[in-house]
Amino acid sequence: MHRSFLHTCCLYAAVLLIAVVTLAPLAWLVIMSVMSPRELLAVPLNWLPEHWDWSRYAQLLGMNGDIADNLFLHALRNSLIAASGSAFIALLTGIPAAYAFSRRNGPRAILFLMLATFMMPPITYILPLYTMFSGLGMLNSPFTLIAVYCTMVLPFATWLMKSNLDVLPVEVEHAAVVEGAGTLRTLWSVVLPMAKPALVATAMLSFLLAWDEFFYSLILNSDLRGKTLPVAIADFAAGRVTDYGLIAAVGVLASLPPTLLAVFFQKHLVHGLAAGGVKG
Amino acid sequence: MIMESWRRKREVWVLLAPALAILAVVTFTPLLRTLWLSFTNAEITALDQAVEWVGFENYIWALTDPDFRDALWRTLYFTIMSVGLETVFGVAVAMLLNVEFKGRALVRTLIILPWAVPTIVNAMMWRLIFHPDYGSFNAALTQLGITESYRSWLGDPGIAMNMVILADVWKNYPLIAFVVLAALQTIPRELFDAARVEGAGAWHQFRSIIMPGIIGPLLVIVILRTIEAFRVFDIVYAMTRGGPADSTKTASFFVYQEYFAYLRSGSGASYAVLVAVISALMIAVYFNMIRRQNQGGY
Amino acid sequence: MKLRTFLTALAATTLFLAMAVTAHAETTLNALFMSQAAYSEADVKAMTADFEAANPGLKVNLEFVPYEALHDKIIAAKGAGDRGYDVVLFDVVWPAEFAKRGFLVDVTDRISKEVEQQVFDGAWTTVSCNGQRYGMPWILDTKYMFYNKDMLRKAGFSNPPKTWKELAEQATAIKAKGIVEYPIVWSWSQSEAMICDYTTLVAAYGGKFFENGKPAFNKGGALDAVTYMAASLKDGLTNPSSREYLEEDVRRVFSNGEAAFAMNWTYMYNLANDPKESRVAGNVDVMPCPGVDGISTASGVNGSMGLGITSNSVHQDEAWKFITFLTSQPVQNRYARLSLPIWKSSYSDPEVVKGQEALVKAASQGIAVMTPRPLVPSYTELSNILQRYIHEALLGEATPADAMDKAAKRAARLR
Repeated sequence: MHRSFLHTCCLYAAVLLIAVVTLAPLAWLVIMSVMSPRELLAVPLNWLPEHWDWSRYAQLLGMNGDIADNLFLHALRNSLIAASGSAFIALLTGIPAAYAFSRRNGPRAILFLMLATFMMPPITYILPLYTMFSGLGMLNSPFTLIAVYCTMVLPFATWLMKSNLDVLPVEVEHAAVVEGAGTLRTLWSVVLPMAKPALVATAMLSFLLAWDEFFYSLILNSDLRGKTLPVAIADFAAGRVTDYGLIAAVGVLASLPPTLLAVFFQKHLVHGLAAGGVKG
Repeated sequence: MIMESWRRKREVWVLLAPALAILAVVTFTPLLRTLWLSFTNAEITALDQAVEWVGFENYIWALTDPDFRDALWRTLYFTIMSVGLETVFGVAVAMLLNVEFKGRALVRTLIILPWAVPTIVNAMMWRLIFHPDYGSFNAALTQLGITESYRSWLGDPGIAMNMVILADVWKNYPLIAFVVLAALQTIPRELFDAARVEGAGAWHQFRSIIMPGIIGPLLVIVILRTIEAFRVFDIVYAMTRGGPADSTKTASFFVYQEYFAYLRSGSGASYAVLVAVISALMIAVYFNMIRRQNQGGY
Repeated sequence: MKLRTFLTALAATTLFLAMAVTAHAETTLNALFMSQAAYSEADVKAMTADFEAANPGLKVNLEFVPYEALHDKIIAAKGAGDRGYDVVLFDVVWPAEFAKRGFLVDVTDRISKEVEQQVFDGAWTTVSCNGQRYGMPWILDTKYMFYNKDMLRKAGFSNPPKTWKELAEQATAIKAKGIVEYPIVWSWSQSEAMICDYTTLVAAYGGKFFENGKPAFNKGGALDAVTYMAASLKDGLTNPSSREYLEEDVRRVFSNGEAAFAMNWTYMYNLANDPKESRVAGNVDVMPCPGVDGISTASGVNGSMGLGITSNSVHQDEAWKFITFLTSQPVQNRYARLSLPIWKSSYSDPEVVKGQEALVKAASQGIAVMTPRPLVPSYTELSNILQRYIHEALLGEATPADAMDKAAKRAARLR
């Protein structure tokens, strides 16, 4: 296919524009995290730091035993527990359910009920969940968050897996059944290996969904023992921190795990989601 | 045969049981309890106080509260604007990235980055960028000569909500772009070639080839985004806390406030149920669209 | 990655992280503080370390949240059972609500007559409701007017303003001479901080929030206060960004030399005079907030805070021990740089006065005139209403009179 010179110029200009608009805020976040506090308050602003100061990262990661380290590292641990735990449980229980819906004609009504629960705003659940877990003395714990995040991650994972299973061929499974394999065995050794890309996508998207969550964590946790990164960041930025660079550094660190996931599993993620669209 | 079908039925329930058991505890029960609470005068206290059934009093109170009605309109505005813009940009960028050019793979990888930034980080980042005295947005505008002096963005009730929408669109348009891009790649090239031979214009190609090819995945992702947008809380909480002069106070914020600031759990529940019902109505509209589309009636 | 390995790795990670959670054996108190104004986190940590050293077997977990989150956290902690807080810092405006709902333990019997007399009366109102005490006052605070001596001198003023009118006149002169663009800075974001500034002005203008149980902030001195605020913005005397600011922003702008006047709490005095934190160190002076001719000579808001025991604490005696330690005179005297003691005799103690004579002098006047915000159980809701409508007036969306009429109407709907 041939493109005129003008056409090519327009194309590259458009791509450049989009790339700049999309990446500039992120680049600025990184720059803020290494600028000196004085430079950050300068008017007119200089866009590059005089020297790159990485000390805030050392401070956050607790390498010099400063105040901030506790909050950040605790929150990182809690976020990891809550996000990986709920993604794991969602896969463990969501896959059999998805299989039941996709291959065993599971009741449509239940599928829609699950979807409906996912669609309810979290505030609908938060009041009773809060009362329930406080009655059990289970507030302030990342393990409570695992259970709570299942409210959104589990229906989401089930729905995504079901849509992805729908587009897989059934013939191989029939062969396994003819050989006398039970349902669970078929699921484990025939279906799941075939659905691996979808599985990875579902796991990642579930993890990201939980990693990003703020509202439940804000309400159910009041201190270090359960606070996750998003809540820690919000506290950080609202408290007595006059150094904007520190807020930026926390932001960069909190974005790293999901960014790595997104970049490395980009293809999986996108195909997993796109397949979900074939049937509502 | 009958035995066989029984066995299969039982198996379905066995497969569903673990998921349903968890959902029963963390979603179905709370849902029913919220419904019940919304008809009572329950409050948060450390004292034993009898909870009374008050019928529809809370709902009447909520619906006659002009501030809450304002908040609902505001939330609707946020939802329509941000999901609408994300869809337009998402589709446009997807079509651009579907064209061949040098460095396409790199650009595709880089564009997904905003989506990976956690919502709260996104909110903090834009709050710093829009800072009235030291923000880089003001700095860029003045250094480029577009504005003469620094001004307030998040402190101006006329535009604060739009700045929040901008931040939301920036984070979420890549997701839509990528889903649409994946769908575009499944459209056979021959369709375009045939259209070109017939001399069909760009708009016609878009309507008759691209739209049918992407509408399925696009609708699903738009539903997901609409659900998220209508229950928006975190980005507002971190960017403006509902200010200035309540101009960004969304419906979720109201529920939060009713419950945790004013401690009225019964009344708070009725606000929550109302938000849920409106949200469900919007989803019903989408589902209707999906059904029509699956029947080929797009 | 093989599927099986992937799932195993995921499970192992979860388990490992689960075991990483530690348990404590000794008695541990959980305490909630704020990371804004008054004592710094470092100060509170140092005091707590001293307490732990003096009381082996007692450990205190400290938690710091922004002021804006403090109320919600105390409420949320109620539901946390024995995983909640034992000791909480609470604001002067909450005891009515907390007493009504039973969140805090009544400690009236734990306070001796002697202690009662040694502490300022204004401090006691911070923790009292219906004659009962729900904690010990800890931060005795009111808003002061800080000014940049150098800028006033350059504008030709040898004395700081005595009245709010005079303050506006001096600010006009400073602006006219081009010394700074916006001479005054406040914390007027839609928040409690704005209500504190507002209350100070209401006190100066002799206004009332309620009259015979009916909202009265749409008339008299209470309306004059909003009018003054809106006018100072309109005349360009107040930094327009004030409408997005909290206390820390005020401190930063003033310390950066971008304002001649700033209204803030006690803690700003020493920080603004600290060369490491401020570019205007040495030029900072402080006085009580001004008055209004014929009505008042000075003004202030009661912005004190107290420490209380939550009703679901299972270590109430230990909690009280910790509170007694933090509020004791020697500890307060030692950490008097960012927050002045609640004890009357401290104000003549050279250890406290030295290096901050101006602040102590301003405090002795300011504390005497400090005015409470409305003491009603539904204060949080009332404050939200006021915040919204005052903000409307400050943003020029409504005239002060209209905005406050709407606020009064809305407040009549309070439940």
